[in-house]
Amino acid sequence: MSAHSRRHFLKLSLATAASSIIHAPLIHATISKHVVIIGGGIGGSTAARYLRKMDSSIKVTLIEPKSHYTTCFMSNEFLAGLRSFKSLEFSYHKLAEQGISIIHDYVVAIDADKQSITRSSGDTIHYDRCIVSPGIDFKWNAIEGYDETTAKDIPHAYQAGQQTLTLKKQLDAMRNGGTVIIAPPANPFRCPPAPYERASQIAHYLKMHKPKSKIIILDDKEEFSKQKLFEAGWKRHYGYGTNHSIIEWVSVAQGGHVESINAKSHIVSAQADDFKADVINIIPPQQAGKLAFTAGLTDQSGWCPVDHKTFESTIHKNIHVIGDSSISSPLPKSGYAANSEAKVCAAAIISLFNGDRPLAPSLINTCYSLLAPNDAISVAMVYGYKNDKIIKMDGAGGLTPNDTSDHMRQREADYAHSWFNNITHDIFG
Amino acid sequence: MTVSKPVKYTLMSCLLFGLNAHAVSPNKASLLANACAGCHGPNGSSQGPATPSIAEMSPVYFIESMSAFKTDERPATVMNRIAKGYTKEQIKLMADFFYSQKMLRTEQLTDPAMASLGETLHAANCEKCHAKGGRESADDSGLLAGQKIPYLRYTIQDILNGDRAVSRKMFKRLSSIHDELDSDGIEQLLHYYGSQK
Ligand SMILES: Cc1cc2nc3c(=O)[nH]c(=O)nc-3n(C[C@H](O)[C@H](O)[C@H](O)COP(=O)(O)OP(=O)(O)OC[C@H]3O[C@@H](n4cnc5c(N)ncnc54)[C@H](O)[C@@H]3O)c2cc1C
Repeated sequence: MSAHSRRHFLKLSLATAASSIIHAPLIHATISKHVVIIGGGIGGSTAARYLRKMDSSIKVTLIEPKSHYTTCFMSNEFLAGLRSFKSLEFSYHKLAEQGISIIHDYVVAIDADKQSITRSSGDTIHYDRCIVSPGIDFKWNAIEGYDETTAKDIPHAYQAGQQTLTLKKQLDAMRNGGTVIIAPPANPFRCPPAPYERASQIAHYLKMHKPKSKIIILDDKEEFSKQKLFEAGWKRHYGYGTNHSIIEWVSVAQGGHVESINAKSHIVSAQADDFKADVINIIPPQQAGKLAFTAGLTDQSGWCPVDHKTFESTIHKNIHVIGDSSISSPLPKSGYAANSEAKVCAAAIISLFNGDRPLAPSLINTCYSLLAPNDAISVAMVYGYKNDKIIKMDGAGGLTPNDTSDHMRQREADYAHSWFNNITHDIFG
Repeated sequence: MTVSKPVKYTLMSCLLFGLNAHAVSPNKASLLANACAGCHGPNGSSQGPATPSIAEMSPVYFIESMSAFKTDERPATVMNRIAKGYTKEQIKLMADFFYSQKMLRTEQLTDPAMASLGETLHAANCEKCHAKGGRESADDSGLLAGQKIPYLRYTIQDILNGDRAVSRKMFKRLSSIHDELDSDGIEQLLHYYGSQK
C-alpha cells in the first residue's frame, strides 16, 4: 500500500468508525439476515453449511421434501454392483446440528416482491435473501410416449433414489443375452459424461454376470464428453470396436435420435431402426427445476440467468440460483460445480449483508468417470472472472492424457473415491 | 503485543459496532481454499482413501508443490491441470490458509507390528527432516503423520522410479530401505505414518 493510499484507507476507516457511532443502533434494529434455501441437494446443502460456517449470525432455513438425499454421483457404481445403495444416502442431521432449520416440505411458490415463499402446506416464510437450487426437470414427451408415468417402469435414473433402484432391479432380472438401451439427450444436460460412465459400469456388470448381453447407446449427439478416453476404455475392457463388443454407440448422424418408445412392447424407435430391448434407460432432455419456472426465474433457454459473481437472478432481486438450474457456463452442470457455486454465492450473500463488495476469485470443477474397477479418467478446470463473467483459466484444466498409463488411471480411481467421500462430507457433514 | 494500525482500527470499529452481530465478510484466501474442499476435504483434511490432507502443511512446501505441478515437474493426475489455474499470489494465499488449519486424522487400517517396525525405520532414516514422526510443519517437508497411505505409497513409488525429484539424501535413504527390505520396508513406514492419530 502506498503512503497515499494508506492515508486514504485510514481516513476511510475513521469515517466509517465515526458514522457507525451514530448509526449502529439503527443498523441493528433493521438488518435482519434470514436466508431461505430451497432444495437440499448438492447446491442447496453446501450453501446452507457454508453460510452458517462463515457467519453464524445468519439465520438459515433449508427446505427439502425428502428426508434423505441420494447422490447421483457414484450411483453408476451401484448399478455395477460395486457399492451399496446405502452408501449413496445422506441425512440432514449434521446440518441441523449446525443450527440450520430444516423443513421437510415442498415449495410451491416464491413471491419476489413480498420476499416470501409458500410451502405446500400453505404456510409462508419471509426471507431477506433466497437461494434456489432445485436441480433439473425433464422435458416430458420430447420423446413420444415417454412421460412421468412411463418413467416409473422405464427409468431415467437421472435423479437418484427410487429411479436408481428400479434400473438396478431390471438389470438384475435381465436374462444373459439381453439388450440394454441407454438414450442420452442433446446438450446441455446434467453431468455430460454420466451416461457414458453408466454404459461403462453396466458393461462391467454384464461382463461379470451376463456376458452374452449388449448395450446400445442411442445418442442425440455427434460427439460426447471425454469421448476418446471412454472409447479407449471400452476397447480395453469391453471389446469396443469388435464384433463381440458389449457396447455399441450410435451417433445422431447414424440415426441415434430416439423418436418414440412403446412402453408395453419395449420397442424404442430411433431414426436408424426400431430396437427391442430388455432394459431401457431413457435420459430425456432437461431444463431447470420446476420451481424455477413457477417463480419466473428462467429465460427462453429454460435455465436461469444469474450474475456470475453473486449468483443473484438477473430477473428477480434477492433470489439467487445455483447448481444445475443456473446458467453458469462455462461451468458444467455438475455436482462439483454446484458445490463450488454454492460457496461463492454464500460468501457473496454475507458480503452483501455487510455492505461489502462480493469477492469471487475462482471456482473449480473436477469430474471423474469410472470405466471399470481401478480405471478412471477425469476432466478438470479452474475458473476465474473476466468482466464479471466466469471464464476458464488460460492454460489450466483439461482431460486425462490419452496416453496415460494403467497405473495413473488406477490412481484416478482412488482419487475418484476420495472425491466422493470428501465432497459428501463437505456438503452433508 | 503490538497491534498494527489497520488491526487497531478494525478492533475499534468492531467495538463501536457492538461486534459479533456485524460479521466479517469472507476473505479471498478462504474463498480460494473453499474450492479445494471437494477433493481435499473441508479445510484441507481429507477423508481418504487416497487424496492427501493439505491442512497444516508448511507454506513453503505447499508453494513448492504447486510450482512443481504447474511446470509438470511432479507426476500428477489432476493437480498439474489444477495448479495452472492459479497465480503466484493466489497460491501464497492458499498456502497460508491451509497452514492455519488443523489436520484432522481419520482412522486408517494399519497393522501395529508393521507400524512399530516402521517407527524404527523412520527414527533411523527420516526423522531428521520429517521431525516428530512426520508431524512437524516447521521443517518445510511434507506432512507424513496420519497422511493417507495410498497417497504416500504412490509418492514413494514416484521417488524410487526417479519420476519425482527429491534431495539426494532422501533418495539414497529410501532406496536403501527398499533394497535391503524390498517393499516390506516401505510398507512398514507407511503403516507407521498411517497409524498416527
Ligand atoms: C448418473 C449421474 C452421475 C453423476 N456424477 C457426477 C460426478 O461424478 N461428479 C459431479 O460433479 N457431478 C455428477 N453428477 C451431477 C450432479 O449430481 C448434479 O450436477 C448435482 O446434483 C446438481 O446439484 P443441484 O443442487 O443443482 O441439484 P440436486 O442435487 O438435484 O438437488 C435438487 C434438490 O432440490 C429439491 N427440490 C426440487 N424442487 C423443490 C421444491 N420446489 N421445494 C423444495 N425442494 C425442491 C430436490 O428434492 C433435490 O433434493 C451426476 C449426475 C448423474 C445423473
